[in-house]
Amino acid sequence: MKPFDYVRAEDPAAARKAAATAGATFISGGTNLLDLMKLEVMAPDTLVDISRLPLDGIEDHEGGLRIGATVTNSDLAADMRVRRVYPILSRALLAGASGQLRNKATTGGNLLQRTRCPYFYDTDTPCNKRTPGEGCAALGGETRNHAILGTSDHCIALHPSDMAVAMRALGAQVEVEAADGTTKLHEMDDFYRLPGDTPHIETVLQPGDLITAVRLPAPQGDRQVYRKVRDRASYAFALVSVGAVIRMEQGRIAHAGVAFGGLGTKPWRDPEVDALLTGNAPSRELFDEAADTLLRGAKAQDGTEFKLPLARRVLRATLEEATQ
Amino acid sequence: MKITLTINKHAQTVDVDPRVSLLDALRGELGLTGSKKGCDHGQCGACTVLVNGRRINSCLSLAVMHDGDEVTTVEGLANGELSPLQAAFVEHDGFQCGFCTPGQLCSATGMLGELEDGWPSHASDSLEGGYELTEEELSERMSGNLCRCSCYPGINAAIRQAAEKDGAA
Ligand SMILES: Cc1cc2nc3c(=O)[nH]c(=O)nc-3n(C[C@H](O)[C@H](O)[C@H](O)COP(=O)(O)OP(=O)(O)OC[C@H]3O[C@@H](n4cnc5c(N)ncnc54)[C@H](O)[C@@H]3O)c2cc1C
Ligand code: FES
Ligand code: FES
Repeated sequence: MKPFDYVRAEDPAAARKAAATAGATFISGGTNLLDLMKLEVMAPDTLVDISRLPLDGIEDHEGGLRIGATVTNSDLAADMRVRRVYPILSRALLAGASGQLRNKATTGGNLLQRTRCPYFYDTDTPCNKRTPGEGCAALGGETRNHAILGTSDHCIALHPSDMAVAMRALGAQVEVEAADGTTKLHEMDDFYRLPGDTPHIETVLQPGDLITAVRLPAPQGDRQVYRKVRDRASYAFALVSVGAVIRMEQGRIAHAGVAFGGLGTKPWRDPEVDALLTGNAPSRELFDEAADTLLRGAKAQDGTEFKLPLARRVLRATLEEATQ
Repeated sequence: MKITLTINKHAQTVDVDPRVSLLDALRGELGLTGSKKGCDHGQCGACTVLVNGRRINSCLSLAVMHDGDEVTTVEGLANGELSPLQAAFVEHDGFQCGFCTPGQLCSATGMLGELEDGWPSHASDSLEGGYELTEEELSERMSGNLCRCSCYPGINAAIRQAAEKDGAA
């Protein structure tokens, strides 16, 4: 690991100030950043420790919830309001990582965790995300845990978060304090960026921006399902996951918020899929049409071809469960 | 940097480079070599310790981030005699080479506390609580600890026995 300065921030303002210097990075649970620092995939000059900032509360907020950035994944999954009103979020969190990791992983860190693409991790191979302009070893290389939606000629790295998929399905907002102290709200739908020709830029955040919370609106659907398919039954990232927030009225789908993991270069949601489902009675044909819509722009590699039929089946199974 | 950790109930001050993981501080600086380094990347659970009562992977945490924290390692589980969980591991052959065992013990100790607090798991049918340590629940809740010798039947039997004595299952 490269040497770095360690600063423990006493309050959010001090954290933002310390993080505004070049080469500085926040550290929260550390479960992703330290993993990458050990391999020197990331090598910050300064670590600004935000783990003791008073951002660890879950509060009722405008009919929804405001989840502090340093709330751990396990506390969030176990919160009774989340379990009862946003079960999709508890389910997504509990489907991720392990008990030990969830005790450290935080809301902000989970949103910003980096890809698990093996070439991003291997500093001996080219990676545009790690070193802009170097090339992409995954294109034409060994693929499996890679994206098939939102890819570019420069990057096919997958966003690995489960939690973020549930938050997208719920229509969450990310609350950010900028380096100058102003608060900004980003819709989850606009928070992540597609790789394009700048895959190293993953979100709309600016240097020094501190995520302070995630806001959940009152849920628009009471039928919530998170289904994750992976290489082993537990403690593995998603090959495909689908999160659905559905409201039924008189046998028809009155609201559909469907988001996907394991498929996109960012936590995926497609307004056309939601629109297609809305107003219709659930049927196998409808769900197949939704899969056609979802996958219309998909670009698979040899190693990710299997995700096309898998995504279709997981989507169908999720929607059947959520609408029955 | 100088930090103070309360390890197995004793306050200890150490001077560590910011790069040192909690695991390396325990093993290298403090001579507590019970906690093991399997992967050093959060993938095996051999380094599991309890921090302020919660199980974490000590390999993926910086020692300097734990100034003032209470740490329990496998060396601190026994209180004069083996804890019921430790005794159950001996009784049920919960190990072969023993490399994963300190992590299994610390993890299971933390896990039983989570169960008592009514935390749900991926294996739970309902999110409403009232969980019992079924085979599915146990395997899921302990999935963060791998055993290369595949002693899972013995490990699970030991944890179940300790849980029953505890009244948790
Ligand atoms: C073996 C293993 C298996 C895993 N399996 C899964 C899985 O199945 N599903 C899944 O979703 N995840 C999984 N994870 C990933 C895990 O969820 C993440 O490592 C974790 O959520 C990151 O949170 P953290 O608080 O530890 O982040 P950190 O490592 O502290 O930070 C990550 C990044 O976020 C930035 N950051 C953190 N907080 C803030 C903030 N408030 N404002 C601005 N920037 C911030 C940091 O600067 C850093 O760049 C796994 C991890 C491991 C090691
Ligand atoms: S050594 Fe920490 S999880 Fe493997
Ligand atoms: S007893 Fe050998 S690794 Fe578990």
